[in-house]
Amino acid sequence: MSVTQARTSDQEDVGVPDPILTLDHVSKHYEVRSSSNPFVRPDLLRAVDDVSLAIGRGETFGLVGESGSGKSTLGRVAVRLSTPTSGRVEFDGLDISHLGGTNLRRVRRHMQVVFQDPLGSLNPRMDVGDIIGEPLRVFDKVRGSELDDRVADLMRAVGLDPSRASARPRALSGGQRQRVGIARAISLNPKLILADEAVSALDVSVQAQISNLLVDLRERLGLTYLFIAHGLPIVRQVCQRVGVMYLGRLMEYGTIDDVFENPQHPYTRALMAASPIPDPTVRRERIVLHGEPPSPLDLPSGCRFRTRCPMAQDVCVDVAPPLVQLGNGHAAECHFAGQLEAAA
Amino acid sequence: MAAVDAAAFTEVRGLRRQLRRTGVSVNSALLYASLAWMAIVALAALIPGVLATDDPTVLDPARALQPPGAGTLLGTEQYGRSVATLLVHGARSAMVIGLLATTFGMLVGSVLGLIAGYLGGWVDMVIGRFIDMLMCFPGVLLALIIAAALGSTTTNLILAVGIATVPGFARVMRGQVLTVRGHLYVEAARSNGFSPARTVFRHILPNALAPSVVMATVSIGVAIVVAASLSFLGLGPRTEVPDWGQLLSLGQPYLANSWWISTFPGITLTLTVIAVSLLGDWLRDRLDVE
Repeated sequence: MSVTQARTSDQEDVGVPDPILTLDHVSKHYEVRSSSNPFVRPDLLRAVDDVSLAIGRGETFGLVGESGSGKSTLGRVAVRLSTPTSGRVEFDGLDISHLGGTNLRRVRRHMQVVFQDPLGSLNPRMDVGDIIGEPLRVFDKVRGSELDDRVADLMRAVGLDPSRASARPRALSGGQRQRVGIARAISLNPKLILADEAVSALDVSVQAQISNLLVDLRERLGLTYLFIAHGLPIVRQVCQRVGVMYLGRLMEYGTIDDVFENPQHPYTRALMAASPIPDPTVRRERIVLHGEPPSPLDLPSGCRFRTRCPMAQDVCVDVAPPLVQLGNGHAAECHFAGQLEAAA
Repeated sequence: MAAVDAAAFTEVRGLRRQLRRTGVSVNSALLYASLAWMAIVALAALIPGVLATDDPTVLDPARALQPPGAGTLLGTEQYGRSVATLLVHGARSAMVIGLLATTFGMLVGSVLGLIAGYLGGWVDMVIGRFIDMLMCFPGVLLALIIAAALGSTTTNLILAVGIATVPGFARVMRGQVLTVRGHLYVEAARSNGFSPARTVFRHILPNALAPSVVMATVSIGVAIVVAASLSFLGLGPRTEVPDWGQLLSLGQPYLANSWWISTFPGITLTLTVIAVSLLGDWLRDRLDVE
């Protein structure tokens, strides 16, 4: 697409007609107390810093970034496993930012989580059938043979043999464990599933199977995913849109094609340069980032990426970059967004 | 030389293999011995008449201080009662106090530890300080103080010994709950929208219970010893039939000449405590899912 479109940074174009999840200027800050001196004012760790984002019904939104970029924290805030410090989380038209107790529990059945560590997320003292059936027992009061049938259906839906219902999680392979976690997550027909690095801990071949399963289930059940990952290829394979996080901020977001074919943030370009292309004939510009990301306790002035950015100028030190809208719901937070030539 | 060593070596290996084939190891032999001993103690506690036919309340000064073997298996004490009979009839008191005191301590301690570990914050602080306070006293001393304050009845002895075991259970359970609470499956239960009660009782407690159960078996042994100590010191219930602790103290003045009066209750106590601990070890292995 053209990169010379008008910059409309004053209006925030979320670009999603029917959002199921809307994050509006969401921040999550932690106070880090000094371990030695209790009288020192605690430092503020900005794990997520003023992120706005909307996820459309039925889409898969990928969230990528380095470790410590705040993508998991953002995911946890989105499904209210943790409470935002400020901002608004709206799920299916309902403001859930500060719901608690029973009201929050009532919403939770509509937004389930698939965790990174499949074994750790399964209770070792329950068998597979109990784990998958527990939400049905608790919320829909399903009992007896009906429960067994529903559990068997769920197991088949995720590609597990129903005869394994009496197995303990420990007796399963990594892929099977993650299938159990997915079966539990879809048991209540949720609207949104947070897949927090759901395939990262698995073998590459199993990763493909599980991500295919997730895609398949999305189509069959009309699910929406917030898909957190650190591998770009998997995001490209599974997601329709993607957001790139760096040090607690969303640096760039847009459709997979826009972001992958025409990244407009230097950080996105660097991430892509770091991801190998399985084709020796492809040549591309190499952007190598030096050093570690700065501490989120002590963020750089201006643009938080400037300390590692190959394009950094004086303006980046003084002025925080605006969010530049590039059309089609593609936006990047960089002074030079829209001026980068299309990537090879 | 080397050939002899090799022969001896293969012989030892053969012996080991034979042992393995018959399924008898030192550990399992000890386990079976413990089971057998506890079966005898349990039988004595439930129906003492099967093991000892004579009446433990009938005094017979003519038979006083007979050594073991002469007419009675383990000799007689200063009032002419058979030591063996008294041991059999004292088993019930020991078992009742051991089991009930441990049950009480485990219930109260685990509930306190569970609440402290799950809720954290100031609740944890208050419970923690209370437990610290109890822990300041050694178990026996604490039980002694409570028993002395409450008066010597069986119920009070159970309470005294039970309270002395509360801090241990509370500590163990609190630590376990803190560990388990951090596991991902607890977070998964939360993200599923399960109630706190369900999360605690279905997901946290079953995974936090094993160490407490193992501790309970050890604690039964300790409770029996502590109860016997209190009885020895005269803080036990006043009954016609002496319990093991009282029998120990009955024999104390006669230790020089009639060693059997105190020695056999001592051995009985020791064997019981060891048997209970070994069963506890076995239980721990069985409960370990990892």
